[in-house]
Amino acid sequence: MTIVKTTIGRRSFLKASALAGGGLMLGFNSLISCTFKSEKEILALPKEWFELNGYLKIGDNGVVTIMSPNPEIGQNVKTSMPMIVAEELDVDWKNVIVEQAPLNTEIFVRQLAGGSQSIRQSWKGLRTAGATARQMLREAAAATWKVPVNEITTEAGMLHHKASDKSAGYGEMASAASKIPVPKEVTLKEVKDFKIIGTPTKNVDGLNIVTGKPLYGLDYKKEGMLIAMIAHPPAFGLKLKSVDDSRAKAMPGVKDVFTIKTYNEDYSKHMFDVSAFPDLVVVVGNSTWEVMNARKALKLEWEPFKEYEETFTHFATGNKMPKKVPAGLESTAKHEQLMAEFSAKPGKVVRKDGNPEVAFKKAAKVIERTYTAPFLAHNTMEPMNFFAHVTDDKADLAGPVQTPEFMEKSAAARLGLPLEKVDIQMTRMGGGFGRRLYGHFLVEAAAISQKMKAPIKLIYSREDDMTDGTYRPSYQAVYRAALDANNNLIGFHVRAGGIPESPLFANRFPAGAVENYLAEEWSHDSNISIGAFRAPRSNFIAGAEQSFLDEVSEAAGKDPIAFRLELLDRAMKNPVGKDNDYEANRYAGVLELVKAKSNWGEAQPGVSRGVSAYFCHNSYVAHVIDLVMEKGKPRVQKVHCAVDCGIVVNPLAATNLVEGGSVDGIGQSMYCGLTFTDGVPDQTNFDKYRMIRHREAPDVIDVHFVKNEIDPTGLGEPPFPPVMGALANALYKASGKRFYTQPFIKDFETSTMRM
Amino acid sequence: MAAINLKVNGKKQAVDIDPTTPMLWVLRDHLNLVGTKFGCGIAACGACTILVEGNAVRSCQLPVSAAANKEITTIEGLSENGDHPVQQAWLEHDVPQCGYCQAGQIMSAVSLLKSNPNPSDEDIDNAMSGNICRCGTYVRIKAAIKTAASIKS
Repeated sequence: MTIVKTTIGRRSFLKASALAGGGLMLGFNSLISCTFKSEKEILALPKEWFELNGYLKIGDNGVVTIMSPNPEIGQNVKTSMPMIVAEELDVDWKNVIVEQAPLNTEIFVRQLAGGSQSIRQSWKGLRTAGATARQMLREAAAATWKVPVNEITTEAGMLHHKASDKSAGYGEMASAASKIPVPKEVTLKEVKDFKIIGTPTKNVDGLNIVTGKPLYGLDYKKEGMLIAMIAHPPAFGLKLKSVDDSRAKAMPGVKDVFTIKTYNEDYSKHMFDVSAFPDLVVVVGNSTWEVMNARKALKLEWEPFKEYEETFTHFATGNKMPKKVPAGLESTAKHEQLMAEFSAKPGKVVRKDGNPEVAFKKAAKVIERTYTAPFLAHNTMEPMNFFAHVTDDKADLAGPVQTPEFMEKSAAARLGLPLEKVDIQMTRMGGGFGRRLYGHFLVEAAAISQKMKAPIKLIYSREDDMTDGTYRPSYQAVYRAALDANNNLIGFHVRAGGIPESPLFANRFPAGAVENYLAEEWSHDSNISIGAFRAPRSNFIAGAEQSFLDEVSEAAGKDPIAFRLELLDRAMKNPVGKDNDYEANRYAGVLELVKAKSNWGEAQPGVSRGVSAYFCHNSYVAHVIDLVMEKGKPRVQKVHCAVDCGIVVNPLAATNLVEGGSVDGIGQSMYCGLTFTDGVPDQTNFDKYRMIRHREAPDVIDVHFVKNEIDPTGLGEPPFPPVMGALANALYKASGKRFYTQPFIKDFETSTMRM
Repeated sequence: MAAINLKVNGKKQAVDIDPTTPMLWVLRDHLNLVGTKFGCGIAACGACTILVEGNAVRSCQLPVSAAANKEITTIEGLSENGDHPVQQAWLEHDVPQCGYCQAGQIMSAVSLLKSNPNPSDEDIDNAMSGNICRCGTYVRIKAAIKTAASIKS
């Protein structure tokens, strides 16, 4: 039994109610029932709602509304977070309606989509919210029936008192329960008693999605709303010099053309205020097509900027992070040369165990390999956009942003409004992947609306979106392994860096499993802006490390899974060093599971296999890829995945996420990359920026979860990084050639190898 | 500007508009049908797929003048309540993650199944490879198309 203290306030729903009644937008916030067979079956709404706490309200007919606190980017939180509340409330999921919560950090914890932390960090809070309301309903029933509260049981939205044979629905007790003081502590369910958590549950927005309802920021409309687009410099390293808007202003439907600065001069930036292009030209008009055409008629001149430094405040630690932005027009060819130079000289030592120099000197075999990956654009399918209606005394903002709490501060500062006068409505997002952590487009929209004194929607074209920065950095890692005469791994050395940040996690596996270990890192400043991209840093280093370990295991004459398990066994029983950032037994657990489920070791004719395992965002994932060659091209036939993310809240969505992460990992490492010539991105749309397509996806993705009772850990990111290593290793088996440079497809295009 | 007669989802209406305006923006900005999505503007991602006389067309590259008097179907016109077999199959397989591309995916699938009621894997690959899903739901999309085919037949 788990008893937890409650920290939930009584009337904390007020802000939410006020907003929900505001009728700000067309078609949004329509009630979403969890049963979505047909309109006839949509739940009858109650005559009256009773708010038990900020997370939920119960109707007099027993229908329950549960707020989904966090931004939905496709990671299923809008379904799975309310499931957790419903579990502890002990209601029938069929009687639950889900609403997107307003931004209200007084009620909700960490309303942010990032770091795969939504479920993990809200797990206790969501459970407590449900359990608190359940306890208040029990107390209301006990008082009404004049029986002891501990004799009241609940089941699927019903209250029972067995001894007196009394029963009532939650709806009947909701009014009385809403007057009961919030209990100081409540008891949470045992994991074995979960009925909703662990049950495959369909997406609450499913019907709205397949019928094309307005759900996304780009769909947002308001009477009198204007459309705005921006023009930013065509190259990193440039700023605006002059604007000739005479032709643009004369174009049909155009309301105004002007320049804005995204942030005020004296503004102190937080880390989500990253923006490569703070000086923008804005075109505002009546409709999207008119504004697009007018923007083409702008005559803009750009000039190089001088080197400058800016400082960002870390969102969690409050630490100041200075960042140098060098002048110049950067090119990929020069980046590659720079990375090779850095890789050839010592970096900053981040971790050292034993005596790696000696180990390498006395090694019987030394293996050294270099891995490289390009910049990546996030390319969410819904381009950046935001709605803003700013008046003299308040700002209503709506749209897709992963960090509403932080961007609210940015907007308030930009507009000169107090924080409480800025409201952000979270719309469903057409993908996030980290790109929408950096909400400069929200601030731009707010600033444009303030200037226009009108509601506006800012829209980025695909080209704007793809050339705007906050990319995944370009990385390089050099790995060295020392094997003794008996093929034991006696030394391990990684030197990793990137433009402009290092991808290294020095305390992750195989740190802790090798006696002599050295990790060094380097970085080189760039004016190409970067940001978190699904599983930051891991999204490169996992594939590099797992490809390298594959090659080392081969050199040692060992099976790649057995080799990893041997190292993990060492890390478990006799770990080297301190601060090892993983649990070796859980790591080994996913490898064992994928080994069993994939029938590892059983050869299949024509099928080449690669394995990989990785830990990030508190979860463990292992992949085996089965690859076949068809007409000289690789085809991933099957992906076997084993995942340890603790308790799986919604197995249906979790499986979908792991499938998607696997496809994404294959796609990014095989096909994707953004290159630059003189500061200009060479790829600006999907004609040149290659994304994985339907025919390139695996035929089958087989997902297995480790069953345990550990509180849930991350899932949006962990299935993504390791698959790149499994792919590279399977490609090697298929072709006899190792793949060191992403995107791997380039090697096929230039390869003379026999396929 | 020109007066153009449209027939969208069975409803006849006239719009007075620049005839070069892509159908995508006519639907979204002028007819309030925002189910059809903007993804790339160059017919390279499929998010804006609609049916013109039953065939899948990227509406971002279809000038409204070329759509005049033709039978246009958008995701909103597929069914009243989401009970079109393809929509039902999408719900059954719980296909969407972010969901943004799915209207376009569904319209491409509807078009495929109309011309080919029992598509092979290769047929599906060919018909669906113009629609990008950034979340990577391709495996479910394929399964849903097969389910929809079985509902239809």
